[in-house]
Amino acid sequence: MYTKDGESYYIVDAHVALWDARPENQRNIHGKQFIDCFYDYHRNLSPEQEVWGYDEYLYQGGERLLKDLFEDGYVDHAIFQPAALTEFYERGFGQTEEAFALTRANPGRLTYNHNWDPRNGEQGLDQLRADHERMGFTGVKLYTAEWHGESRGWKLTDPWAYRYLEACRELGVTNIHVHKGPTIRPLDRDAFDVADIDHVATDFTDLNFVVEHVGLPRLEDYCWIATQEPNVYGGLAVAMPFIHTRPRYFAQIMGELLYWIGEDRIFFSSDYAIWTPRWLVERFVDFQIPEDMSEYAPITTEQKKKILGLNAAKMYGLDVPAELRLPDADETATGPRDPEAADLASV
Amino acid sequence: MTALATRTASGPVTEADVRAALGTVVDPELDEPVTDLGFVRSVSVGGGAGAADVTVHLRLPTSFCAPNFAYLMASDAKDAVGRLAGVGRVVVELDDHHDSDLINRGLAADAGYVGTFGHEAESDLDELRATFRRKAHTAALERCLTALLRAEPSRTEASLGSVRLADLPDGRERLALLARREALGLPTDGDALVLVDHDGVPPPGDRVALFLRKARSTRISIDGNAHFCRGLLRTRYAGSGDDQSPREDGAEPADHHHLLPLTVKET
Repeated sequence: MYTKDGESYYIVDAHVALWDARPENQRNIHGKQFIDCFYDYHRNLSPEQEVWGYDEYLYQGGERLLKDLFEDGYVDHAIFQPAALTEFYERGFGQTEEAFALTRANPGRLTYNHNWDPRNGEQGLDQLRADHERMGFTGVKLYTAEWHGESRGWKLTDPWAYRYLEACRELGVTNIHVHKGPTIRPLDRDAFDVADIDHVATDFTDLNFVVEHVGLPRLEDYCWIATQEPNVYGGLAVAMPFIHTRPRYFAQIMGELLYWIGEDRIFFSSDYAIWTPRWLVERFVDFQIPEDMSEYAPITTEQKKKILGLNAAKMYGLDVPAELRLPDADETATGPRDPEAADLASV
Repeated sequence: MTALATRTASGPVTEADVRAALGTVVDPELDEPVTDLGFVRSVSVGGGAGAADVTVHLRLPTSFCAPNFAYLMASDAKDAVGRLAGVGRVVVELDDHHDSDLINRGLAADAGYVGTFGHEAESDLDELRATFRRKAHTAALERCLTALLRAEPSRTEASLGSVRLADLPDGRERLALLARREALGLPTDGDALVLVDHDGVPPPGDRVALFLRKARSTRISIDGNAHFCRGLLRTRYAGSGDDQSPREDGAEPADHHHLLPLTVKET
């Protein structure tokens, strides 16, 4: 819970990880390249006083995670979104058992989401069912740029991905978080393409598709797809920290999202441990659209409350104190939301 | 990428000649020359009395930048330098990328895109280039029209459908739009409509505002990606900021520019 100026905000961090990128777990040079890439994101976008040392960045452990999120970070509930990366790390990048044990030890504060890879075929489907029986998750995180043998990526529209999505539907795994990354075969086309989301959202209308980092670096393609599909949501992982170094860019991202998908479908995420939630929550509550950007309306306190936690709480059925709840906006399910809200559009 | 750098002086090839040639190589996604982005790590010109041997090292903001763009820029760099009169052997190497070995081997063997990536490639990168040429045009027209909206407060979004090139004020944004139109083969005379797609077709009247909004998200995306990539390069390679030229589009104070002070709206 975060309280400021008499307003209280229920905070859900919808994308956190418990990773191990220490050298003894790195399978090859790519394991080092991957965590170094994250560390550069961290160093580049964090305020100076929030920058971690390299060694502590490699591995945090459960105790530190609990402190950073719940003691220092105002977070009421956090959702694990693990990336496997088994081609880069001996025991994987996201620490499945450690995260699952931490979730069990902290009921009500953590949700464990799982992952799958359609290239594991029939065996992977059996594994998914067995894992679901043991762990009982309602969401998965899919990383389409995961390497797998000779393959360096997959699409949601691959026939085997449909088999897995059908299994998710059958098991009640309704929240599909999708992390798009580079290197999708064939490389001829744009590697960050989000068009496959469009197809699966149409074919699986009973599943929720949460596109992580709101499609960045393809915000425009994401917005255009998401506005047409009532079951496509946007996670602010990676987008949030721009609030510090590039607040005008952040303002435009928020302005576009509120225009194209509306206030009920945007989820706050720190992307822990790439960044920590404390400063992001504080900055976001204080944030406002720059005055000269007449193409966007100001962000309201109610919108901030929804984005910081109420939207994700609703999808995950979290028990939000009654006095903090808000009704859905009276907006269309598809198409641009409230296009007249911005002063420039209404002149 | 179609522009040809020409040498102005005779005599041996210099590093400046090579850098000028590399200035014609564009990152299609960010719509800027690799030289302005700081992607050229080093240039060396060697050899004796005959044709000069040139070695170029390129660097990118992360190890995981999309390999297709990485290959495309490195391959264009090799072609651009190779076209210079007086140049003999050209070696272009991409440093510190997850696909450095693959790409550098492919470049050394002139294996081409399909030859370099094998089963991961299907035909060529023409469609990829076309996609981003179109996006660059979309962003350029949005910059011009949003500037017009801000300059003329009585103007409506819907009225933008009838704006012609001659209506745009002279300046950097208009020149940039003309260049992007030329790249797509669109007319550049004053009578031509500004708000058109990559085939030169304007949207129907009731879709003008939506068309502009889509274009706006494209512009935000390109500017945001360009500055993030530039920033990551500076974080990854100390001192590399000295090799970057300022990018005015989408610049903010933290990008080492002096812009408007940040004032926010009242709720």
